[in-house]
Amino acid sequence: MTLTSIIFAGILTYLTRMTMIALISRDMLGDKIKAVLEYVPSAVFPAIIFPGIFINDYGTFIEINDPKIYGALVAIVVGYFSKNIIATISAGLISYWLLIFVIFN
Amino acid sequence: MLSKKQLFTRGMLDISPHMLSVIPFGIICGAIGVELGFNPYLVYAMSFIIFGGASQIVFLQLLSGGGSSLIAVASVGIINSRHLLYGAVLSEYLEKLSFIKKLLISYIVVDQGFAESNKFFKKNRGEEYLHYHLIGTGCTLWVCWQFATLSGIILGSFVPEELGLKFAIPLTFIAIVVQDLKKLDHVIVMITCGLSSLLFFDAPFKSYIIISPVIALFVAALLLRLKK
Repeated sequence: MTLTSIIFAGILTYLTRMTMIALISRDMLGDKIKAVLEYVPSAVFPAIIFPGIFINDYGTFIEINDPKIYGALVAIVVGYFSKNIIATISAGLISYWLLIFVIFN
Repeated sequence: MLSKKQLFTRGMLDISPHMLSVIPFGIICGAIGVELGFNPYLVYAMSFIIFGGASQIVFLQLLSGGGSSLIAVASVGIINSRHLLYGAVLSEYLEKLSFIKKLLISYIVVDQGFAESNKFFKKNRGEEYLHYHLIGTGCTLWVCWQFATLSGIILGSFVPEELGLKFAIPLTFIAIVVQDLKKLDHVIVMITCGLSSLLFFDAPFKSYIIISPVIALFVAALLLRLKK
């Protein structure tokens, strides 16, 4: 790993952040596109959530009884009703730990 | 009308719960770099220059596996290309800023900060200094990320690996989208994205991270057409 490669990666990353903010004005996006952009969070974050749950560190699929599945389900239920971020994350982690350290042990 | 300071503070408060996942992940990220045998200064330089959690880990892993630096750089670019979508959404709210301010604020746009500030923007369109909320979320994330990766680099992985704290990352994003499960159209878009990400997980350069949102946005466009 060289500083040069980090700088190139950094420039590319910065361009992904800057391009749409600094170079695009609102008039360039039509109403239809703006309506579709409303869905960006729902269209992007599951691509982080699903692999984070269903694919393990070695890049293969987990088993159907993997504790992460239950942890995620608990987080969804707690998050849905509590509307609280800390409660959602803690509920998911604690149920996951209960499964791996107490129940499946 | 809220003052700049109030908006900044509000941004800090809105983002702070996510530190529960960001800080452990940063520690892991810093520790991995050193464990893989890279120069600690370079591992830290990534946090400052790239400033993008998952892409930093992929960068390290590809290079430690003997991969070409060209492929590692390209992968970082592709993983982070999702920011283009965040920028397109935010541009509407940041339109009035000067070009220089737009260039500066771009550096601190990250997933969680975008998500929380976007939620705030939608509800408070009329505020004059709206962007201070984004500066609040972005700066908080930036500072915590620097400290977390630094402590991982210096202290090593003092977070026990058995705890599986990487799992906090999907949980943080569940917390972000969970309220949208109330809307059927959003549920369809989310499932489309999630299933596509698993289907295309082995696509080159980790491109599943941008392929699946694009597919999901096409589905969203179709849904909008059906609604009419």
